[in-house]
Amino acid sequence: MLEIRNLHATVDGKEILKGINLTINPGEVHAIMGPNGSGKSTLSYVLSGRDGYEVTEGSVTFQGKDLLAMEAEERAAEGVFLAFQYPVEIPGVSNTTFLKTALNAVRKHKGLPELDAMQFLKLIRAKAKALNMNDDMIKRAVNVGFSGGEKKRNDILQMAMLEPSFAILDETDSGLDIDALKLVADGVNSLRSAERSMLVITHYQRLLSYIVPDHVHVLAYGKIVRSGGKELALELEAKGYAEFGSPEAA
Amino acid sequence: MAAIATLKDLYETLSPGLPGAGAAGLDRLRADGYARFLADGIPTPKVEGWKYTNLRDLAGVSLAPAQGTIDSAANTDLDLPSVAPGETHRLVFVDGVFNAALSAVGTLPAGVTLDSLRGLIESSPATAAEVLERFPAPKADTGLRVGPNPGRGQALGLVGLNGAFLAEGAVLTVGEGVTLAQPVEIVFIATAADGAWHPRLLIDVAAGATVTVAEHHVARGGGATFANIVSGVRVGEGAVLRHAKFQEEDDAALHLASVTATVAASGTYETFVLTTGGRLARTDVQVRLEGSGASTRVSGAYGVDGSRHADFTSLIDHVAANCTSREVVKGVIDGKGRAVFQGKIIVRPDAQKTDGHQLNRALLLSDTAEIDAKPELEIYADDVKCSHGATAGELDEEALFYLRARGIPADTARALLIAAFLDEVAEEIGDDRLRGYAIARIQDRIGRLTGITVDATDLAVEE
Repeated sequence: MLEIRNLHATVDGKEILKGINLTINPGEVHAIMGPNGSGKSTLSYVLSGRDGYEVTEGSVTFQGKDLLAMEAEERAAEGVFLAFQYPVEIPGVSNTTFLKTALNAVRKHKGLPELDAMQFLKLIRAKAKALNMNDDMIKRAVNVGFSGGEKKRNDILQMAMLEPSFAILDETDSGLDIDALKLVADGVNSLRSAERSMLVITHYQRLLSYIVPDHVHVLAYGKIVRSGGKELALELEAKGYAEFGSPEAA
Repeated sequence: MAAIATLKDLYETLSPGLPGAGAAGLDRLRADGYARFLADGIPTPKVEGWKYTNLRDLAGVSLAPAQGTIDSAANTDLDLPSVAPGETHRLVFVDGVFNAALSAVGTLPAGVTLDSLRGLIESSPATAAEVLERFPAPKADTGLRVGPNPGRGQALGLVGLNGAFLAEGAVLTVGEGVTLAQPVEIVFIATAADGAWHPRLLIDVAAGATVTVAEHHVARGGGATFANIVSGVRVGEGAVLRHAKFQEEDDAALHLASVTATVAASGTYETFVLTTGGRLARTDVQVRLEGSGASTRVSGAYGVDGSRHADFTSLIDHVAANCTSREVVKGVIDGKGRAVFQGKIIVRPDAQKTDGHQLNRALLLSDTAEIDAKPELEIYADDVKCSHGATAGELDEEALFYLRARGIPADTARALLIAAFLDEVAEEIGDDRLRGYAIARIQDRIGRLTGITVDATDLAVEE
């Protein structure tokens, strides 16, 4: 599904990722944990194609294609999805307009017919219901006036609509209380399948009690310094990240 | 000035042939207009209100009123813009000249009249002159500030020019307590490659009456035409006028408009101006809130690219107490386009409990786009609530990435964000038909600007 080889990336000339290697097979859920400033969010932005992140070395292959050669929208159309740490508010663009435009752009890329308004509404209402989102939230401007939990649910709704084959969840737990976290995690879990892989980025173990990963990696100062099974998350929770050293050591 | 010398000949040649020439009242109005033009000339950037809008392009344009053919059958296949096709009363002007064949006024309720100014003059020059004099005129001194060099806020040469050739235009009167359900549309179509017109538009809404007016300025063919429009508006006690102007002329056209409105106690004047055409387009709105509880909403949306220029200048004059004004103007500027926003609010000493709000926002899509924004508050009363805000910025990069990360191509994402930015102004429009049409025209213009068709129509989410 996804192969990251010796990935180096800089932001404003400063090297943040210093040689990441990671292979994710279909259906697997990988978690990346690490201290603040380790490069977790940079990795998510580099994979999703945000401007301002320069890859200086290495490669990323997604379903046999060179991911790094694609624009952000092409990656999304090919099946890469980023659930944002801070979903953006877009005044004046309704959720329905946004998602209909996005879904039809992705369908067009895949050679599928575009959905008309009726088909689209039927689909979004079914998906929204499963996430406990009402019609008002669907109609409102994207994320405007949404609580932290509502914004995250809205991101998961987008994921449910776009049905990506690879989803990156960037600190999806940040700013959520336990009830909101459970709702979001349930939404994510319902999207797990043998064909869909996920990369869950988190600082805390808490999220991984709800979205249980197959593999856990520790990212520190731009490199994956340790990998293991789901029990690694619990170990990190108990011991913290201190043993993974300081920037100088990396 | 060359223009003035040329105009002297024009005026002397043309005025004897204008409708109603020889009737004392009309002759005097035209002579006054001509005198005003001679005194003030074409405004230059030395005049305070014209500092940012230079009319040097007018030097190469004929100021003579176009002499179109009336009832020209050749024009009957013109595609007419309409906010509600088939459901409006309309007067149509082709290249500045009233066209009865294209116009269609249905049965009007008692107390409502809708006439072409030419028709009114031809049937009774004396009555026409009386009607013309009933309406407010723009003021040159747009403030109360006194000092060693108070200066002139405006120059009225263009208004004078309009008066010198008074002939074309429209007059709408809505009698006391009448609600006209169907909108009135005044449609100006440019088909010629050049030519000038100086129409006078007059709207009188008596106490307790309600009416919606859409004004269109479009090109079907068209080119470097010059429209010099002067409008007078009276809104009576408790009356409501919803007025929208859609300025969508050819990219080479010049469009200069001056609107002066008075609003009596508890009356409401809403005016929206869409500016998407013309190499230079300026709308100058003066609203005087003269009776307690009067209110106005002044809003504008514009889009300029290339080296085009759009100017929205307004004066909201709170004369009486307990009045409300709300002004929202937003625009998108690309290429070497330039926009001007000048918004003055005066709160006179007696205008206690004034609630005035003004917002101006510009979206700059290129490094060479320019906005000159000049908000001004002159407040002489002490118990008032007034606010103003002005911003100029680029498209939100975070929002752009968010849209792209969901698979929306970059140019579509940009078009969506631009549409969202401008559509917010349309929310200021109280009449559904005017609002719907405004949104459709904004989307059409963005489509031509970006090559992307944005369908931001709200999808109904009904059970």
